[in-house]
Amino acid sequence: MATGTEPPPAARPHPRGGGVHTTTRAAIAARHLRTDRWWLAPAATAAGLLAFVVYSTWRAFAGADYYAAPYVSPFYSPCLAENCVPMKGGPNWEIFGAWWGLSPAIIILIFPLGFRLTCYYYRKAYYRGFWASPPACAVAEPHRRYTGETRFPLILQNLHRYFFYAAVPVAGILTYDTVLAFRDEHYAWGHMGLGTLVFLVNIVLIWAYTLSCHSCRHIVGGKLKHFSRHPVRYRMWRLVGKLNARHMQLAWASLLSVGLADLYVYLVASGVFDDPRFF
Amino acid sequence: MSGYEARFRVWRGDAGGGGLKDFTVEVNEGEVVLDIVHRLQATQAPDLAVRWNCKAGKCGSCSAEINGRPRLMCMTRMSVFGRDETITVTPLRAFPVIRDLVTDVGFNYAKARQVPAFVPPAGLGPGEYRMMQQDVDRPQEFRKCIECFLCQDTCHVVRDHEENKTAFAGPRFLMRVAELDMHPLDAAAETGLDRKSTAQEEHGLGYCNITKCCTEVCPEGIRITDNALIPLKERAVDRKYDPLVWLGSKIRRRPPAG
Amino acid sequence: MSVVDRQEWDVVVVGAGGAGLRAAIEARERGARTAVICKSLFGKAHTVMAEGGIAAAMGNVNAGDNWQVHFRDTLRGGKFLNQWRMAELHAREAPERVWELETWGALFDRTEDGRISQRNFGGHEYPRLAHVGDRTGLELIRTLQQKVVALQQEDHRRTGDYESGLKVFQECTVTRVLKDGERVCGVFAYERETGRFFVLEAPAVVIATGGIGKSFKVTSNSWEYTGDGHALALLAGAPLVNMEFVQFHPTGMVWPPSVKGILVTESVRGDGGVLRNSDGKRFMFDYVPDVFKDKYAESEEEADRWYDDPDHNRRPPELLPRDEVARAINTEVKEGRGSPHGGVFLDVSTRMPAEVIRRRLPSMYHQFKELADVDITAEAMEVGPTCHYVMGGVAVDSDTAAARGVPGLYAAGEVAGGMHGSNRLGGNSLSDLLVFGRRAGRYAAEYAAGTAAARPRADDGQIGAAAAEALRPFSAPGESGEPDGGPPENPYALHQELQQTMNDLVGIIRRETEMKQALERLAELRRRAGRVGVEGHRQFNPGWHLALDLRNMLLVSECVARAALERTESRGGHTREDHPSMDRAWRRINLLCRLAGPSDGPAAGGPAAVDPARGRIALTRETTEPIRPDLLALFAKEELVKYLAEEELYE
Repeated sequence: MATGTEPPPAARPHPRGGGVHTTTRAAIAARHLRTDRWWLAPAATAAGLLAFVVYSTWRAFAGADYYAAPYVSPFYSPCLAENCVPMKGGPNWEIFGAWWGLSPAIIILIFPLGFRLTCYYYRKAYYRGFWASPPACAVAEPHRRYTGETRFPLILQNLHRYFFYAAVPVAGILTYDTVLAFRDEHYAWGHMGLGTLVFLVNIVLIWAYTLSCHSCRHIVGGKLKHFSRHPVRYRMWRLVGKLNARHMQLAWASLLSVGLADLYVYLVASGVFDDPRFF
Repeated sequence: MSGYEARFRVWRGDAGGGGLKDFTVEVNEGEVVLDIVHRLQATQAPDLAVRWNCKAGKCGSCSAEINGRPRLMCMTRMSVFGRDETITVTPLRAFPVIRDLVTDVGFNYAKARQVPAFVPPAGLGPGEYRMMQQDVDRPQEFRKCIECFLCQDTCHVVRDHEENKTAFAGPRFLMRVAELDMHPLDAAAETGLDRKSTAQEEHGLGYCNITKCCTEVCPEGIRITDNALIPLKERAVDRKYDPLVWLGSKIRRRPPAG
Repeated sequence: MSVVDRQEWDVVVVGAGGAGLRAAIEARERGARTAVICKSLFGKAHTVMAEGGIAAAMGNVNAGDNWQVHFRDTLRGGKFLNQWRMAELHAREAPERVWELETWGALFDRTEDGRISQRNFGGHEYPRLAHVGDRTGLELIRTLQQKVVALQQEDHRRTGDYESGLKVFQECTVTRVLKDGERVCGVFAYERETGRFFVLEAPAVVIATGGIGKSFKVTSNSWEYTGDGHALALLAGAPLVNMEFVQFHPTGMVWPPSVKGILVTESVRGDGGVLRNSDGKRFMFDYVPDVFKDKYAESEEEADRWYDDPDHNRRPPELLPRDEVARAINTEVKEGRGSPHGGVFLDVSTRMPAEVIRRRLPSMYHQFKELADVDITAEAMEVGPTCHYVMGGVAVDSDTAAARGVPGLYAAGEVAGGMHGSNRLGGNSLSDLLVFGRRAGRYAAEYAAGTAAARPRADDGQIGAAAAEALRPFSAPGESGEPDGGPPENPYALHQELQQTMNDLVGIIRRETEMKQALERLAELRRRAGRVGVEGHRQFNPGWHLALDLRNMLLVSECVARAALERTESRGGHTREDHPSMDRAWRRINLLCRLAGPSDGPAAGGPAAVDPARGRIALTRETTEPIRPDLLALFAKEELVKYLAEEELYE
């Protein structure tokens, strides 16, 4: 056999089925021979994502119980419509007038949603979990055709960096919210409650997730050919790289924390319990 | 731990057909799957075809699928399996089978040829190359590749879609493009070759949906997806989907980044 | 029999390791249409196993280094038995060969100022080994492979065909070099995949097949190392030189049994690893031989200081040449101070922080973790000697790499003899591959161009005989008409017996009685090999492949055993218990092995072949050319006295 110059034996694509069942390949009827619980990871991923989608959809469309001074739900921040609950000092500006009849969350959620939807980790998660493309490594996928991210709409995944650019100010505003959370319910500064702690944890995770983004890693230094000529960017790239190695964990942790932060606000706002105050 | 008898199912056959054959074979302490395949050869199936070379995870010849997972036979210790477990060994299922555990990996050699080689910088002779360690770290990681082609085998783009083999270079060779693009002295850009956009236009980078199976199976632990494929995708975005860069390149020829 | 497919090339290179690929690149760049044949897939050659580095006196880390120092180290390592001209060319040209790799895309580890970093290694006076972590061989083979592809891309742009000027026939085995009268005219080969025979006709053939380790039981070599090139050259009428010198690498894995022999790179010691016996003693201090006394540290303190301050301290004795260390380990184990699994302890865990170990020795860390479940950052490795390299090989012209007496035949790399004398220094093999691979390619291409007017042709009779020889294992022994029939022999069983024989009787420490016994066993094995039978068909049949390789291993093993019996001294990779010291009179003597009797036909396996006293190999002694005076002048008189006979000194 020479190094691949003889024309490869003509593979007839579908007589016995495609993919691993292409006629030239080893005749094995099974779609896969894995003996481990390969389905567990995609199933758990799908379940986790689904739970969040259901929860967040309900909360985003509810348009209520998202503010309990001094806390604003991260789903509703910044609040940009006339129909927002007034928040003192808080990030709400009436950019969208009375004509906006939907929940104000919808306006702003587009950005974090887009950021996460085009995120390299979440892509893996939902391609595997929801699309089964592939369900797991070396487990045949059920689709006849596959073009990946080469055409519309998936080619839009290439826009990830613009969502990253948008996600940075959003994270900035959530940081501002966290600062505002050091007030009490009468807007007096220098106080802290359990909610403040929840917000603190959330904002740290949000930043860690945002900065660990692959696009961010590229922008701060990854695009360079010579690190040695850009020592500062090289250090930043290494720092982001360390975070980036944990991108999956951060994606889940921040997803959970943002949900919990919202839930916390919901529970306080709807009067299920009062925010325990530390000082 | 003493020796025991293990149950093996090994795929035997050729392009015309074949199937899993059952064997019972002795296993001793410290052995790997390749040892057992060799024992089968020496005692029960002298014509069992298998590729192997170094038996130390350095050459990448003995790639196969063990219990459905792409692995090197020489680096799969028998101790990871239960004694009562039946161990199934098949050839790589993304490539045409030749015989038994041997497949035709010519696809990979054809793809290797389609990646334009390193372009030496003009005006630098042998011995005059100066490169900093932090600049070569990135491509060096990719050069750890032993070309076992497990990543090519597991990648669903070609494993599950034979027809994509023409358009898609596979993780190994996209990583090669990334390696050259990150080589501190590669002068491809000066000769008018933009590796960033050809990655997408000619080597099928867009087919990759970053589901990371290549990284999962890599016996060298190379972080193919995070360090090669995604950075390459971002570099392609620089060229093709960044309006500012696009506009800039229309107005004047942009010097290469960095 | 079906007509055997024939193709015409200018140069055929057998073997696609470092030497073969370098030769092919050179031949193609000089305009020869070049074919490369290799037994494995392209890029899998045994060169990938080389870990430590490429020795080249670039002086990047210590400016005191130059080719003369390298030459001196090489000769010391080889105990002055080296073909001095080869050692000279090697030391002079190695830096250029390394730098050239960079222009083809190689990425070596760097110094602070961006040059190629160099590391310490046994027997090298200065840090000299260009390296990439501990996977230098992989970098070398990949760079050459990618250069081949680059040339093919060039050919494709010019001719529309990638393989018009340089083609790799992978997974093919050459069983015969074909001749037209005295001259080489091509090779006979089979495709492993299909079992199909084919002939590549070419006026020049470069043999670059590597070594012979698979004749030994404990070896670091892969299955390919069956001495094919050595045997091909013998059968084509070329002599082999100094086949008694076989290097046992001091540190191979000893546990678990299935990986016994796999290499533990010398860089472990170069970077600070130490050898200890079961008493916890750094025993190497007791084994520094007289010729090296003034070059090595006498105390642990001095040895430890050397890593940071090599200019004012002497090097640790762990870094003695490989033969010395291997013998020392052998003695420690024999005297009952070995590790639980019959080796000694090699320890880095107490010498370096875990993180440094993982960074500098990544594949060793990986190898022990995966294969032996040992964490080398926390505990010591167990190591023992393993058959690693053969210094002997095809006798070649130093400058052109042309095999002696067979026009058109060239040899480079491990298969060629002479360069390393009686013992090779670590790191010198990769540079050897490059320096002499290039030379072989160059002179083969020039020779081939010179034959344009009258190219040699392969006649059908020879091809038919080669085909018949290759098919013989398929015919039942009864039909072959042998009088002493008996059941067919299993090639795997024969191979194991051969390995055991060589390991036990012609191994690291040798004795006259044992070697005589080995020759008898080899004769018996040769007889039985005539009855080897295989099942199945020709398509990718490993049993058949092994049966064919057995011929080569038996020939080569006989060379080793005969030459080892003949040389009544201990030197480098040849240690005689009954002649324990180096004999200056033997320094000038080379032992040449030639094929006795016809190379093929019925007589080849006839009665002479199974007579242990006669066998298939004839041995002759040859006195070497004196070392050129300006090269001798590189050594101090006191040192030369230890090696050279009186009359040589005063010449």
